[in-house]
Amino acid sequence: MTEPRSPRSDRSPWNWVLLPAVVIPLIPVLFNHAEPRLLGIPLFYWLQLAFILVSVAATLLVYRATRR
Amino acid sequence: MNEHITEIVIFTALFLLVSGMGFVAARWRRADDLASLNEWGLGGRNFGSWITWFLVGGDLYTAYTFVAVPALLFGAGAMGFFAVPYTVVVYPLVMLVLIRLWSVSHVHGLVTPADFVRVRFGSPTLALLVAVTGIVATMPYIALQLIGIEAVLKTMGVTGDLPLIIAFAILAAYTYQSGLRAPALIAFVKDTLIYIVILVAIIYIPARLGGFGAIFDAAADKFAGTPAPGDGILLNANNQLQYITLALGSALALFLYPHSVTGVLASRSRDVIKRNMSALPAYSLLLGLIALLGYMAIAAGITPIGKDVNTVVPQLFDQMFPDWFTGVAFAAIGIGALVPAAIMSIAAANLFTRNIYKEYIRRDATDAQEARVSKLTSLVVKVGAVLCILLIDPQFSIDLQLIGGVIILQTLPAVALGLYTRWFHRVGLISGWAAGMTAGMVLLYNISNPANNHAHFGGSAFPLNKLGLDTSMTIYAGFLALLVNLVVAALVTLLARRMGASEGVDGTAPRDYTADAGDPEVKEDVELAGST
Repeated sequence: MTEPRSPRSDRSPWNWVLLPAVVIPLIPVLFNHAEPRLLGIPLFYWLQLAFILVSVAATLLVYRATRR
Repeated sequence: MNEHITEIVIFTALFLLVSGMGFVAARWRRADDLASLNEWGLGGRNFGSWITWFLVGGDLYTAYTFVAVPALLFGAGAMGFFAVPYTVVVYPLVMLVLIRLWSVSHVHGLVTPADFVRVRFGSPTLALLVAVTGIVATMPYIALQLIGIEAVLKTMGVTGDLPLIIAFAILAAYTYQSGLRAPALIAFVKDTLIYIVILVAIIYIPARLGGFGAIFDAAADKFAGTPAPGDGILLNANNQLQYITLALGSALALFLYPHSVTGVLASRSRDVIKRNMSALPAYSLLLGLIALLGYMAIAAGITPIGKDVNTVVPQLFDQMFPDWFTGVAFAAIGIGALVPAAIMSIAAANLFTRNIYKEYIRRDATDAQEARVSKLTSLVVKVGAVLCILLIDPQFSIDLQLIGGVIILQTLPAVALGLYTRWFHRVGLISGWAAGMTAGMVLLYNISNPANNHAHFGGSAFPLNKLGLDTSMTIYAGFLALLVNLVVAALVTLLARRMGASEGVDGTAPRDYTADAGDPEVKEDVELAGST
């Protein structure tokens, strides 16, 4: 516990996985459509809810891959 | 009032149960001594993944959110759905930033974002600006939580100010007593109730209204029949830029709010934070489903009580559910207001104690004195919030909250960028803050809203044609103000360097930003750092 630890870094190529999860939900042309509907829900709504999975997958992947 | 008696009984019973938990929380994961900010204000800095998930979730997704977001969809349509991309991009966006904040805060015993700025840039002035910005942005947010409770009370036919005052007095008492442990414990109940209510609502209500297809058709019909050009169930060419800048700007602002930082710093390790970044989006799904309640209210033919659109969701529940379940749903909203209100008042109190009291009034304050000042300040903050709602038009709080989002963004260069780089000069950051604040105020002042007869501060969508651009597009005012802030901060930094202005002492080392639980410099019992 008391010996000095080796220097470590938060840098990792895995961190780039986070970028699409931030950018994709901010491109309206991808989701600003009514069709196709899913269970009667316009694409605008169900696809943006589906982006939640992208965010979860990206954060989970980075967490797992960079865990020491 | 008789027709609502079942609802009122169940609401009151659950409310009292939760209040009891709030008082008992002082004994939960008991500390030897609650008389320090680490214990009272950060729950011992020892919360694991589950508690952090409930605490931060309960903190970010507030009762006001649950009432106001569907109200936005009810009134304006697709634009109100910005809350979903906002809470989707925020976690991948802040994940790497927050773990650095956690590390440096644990090494140096920091409690507030302003504490960090103080150590990093060696500038009490900049720290004071960050602290005051945080307090001013948080106050109306607390007041808004009362609007959530008020909407429920109104729907139950409960009128008068007394019930609201009693609810907040109870809240104030157990926050004083138990500190951050109270909302952490209550958050379990709050979120369980909310998840149950929403799952039931999202299945049961569409079934009664003829399915989602019928619900969206009803919403589309309503918007087609209104004269307003900006509404509809899809975005149009003019509000897409507003949609994404509002989502991104809100995401950037979220973890600058002192109460979000409080939740993060209370966690046990970097791992807990990282894991929560993939677990917290569960609340975003919940929020997305809740947002759709606004359209269900349209399909069900709900009309707001008076002009208060915040009552549409409570009324939808009232009309659709059996009385006893409506009571549960109302309790979920009411309790949902208590958790964030408690955390926000603790965060605001910590800012006052650490960055104003200790910095300017009593430099040699002991841990016990700090805790006592914070406890008292949390009471003052809540009284202020209640007075805000009772004495001033609630619309004023909503306007203030809007301004709050814009001004808290102006702390981004110092707090968030400061975690990565010391490039900005402290004078540059102060100038950038001042420029961003001014720009934000001017922009908001020039936004009118014909819908509620506001000539100024009518919303956050700034029309770009007011800048002389030939377009009908709008943009989020906070985003523009942040750009101004960054440009000014950079220019003044270059200027200050050239003139050889003193840089101030950086009290942190690069390795502080990657320290983790178990490292020698991250102490089990963190000593709160002095102000130098």
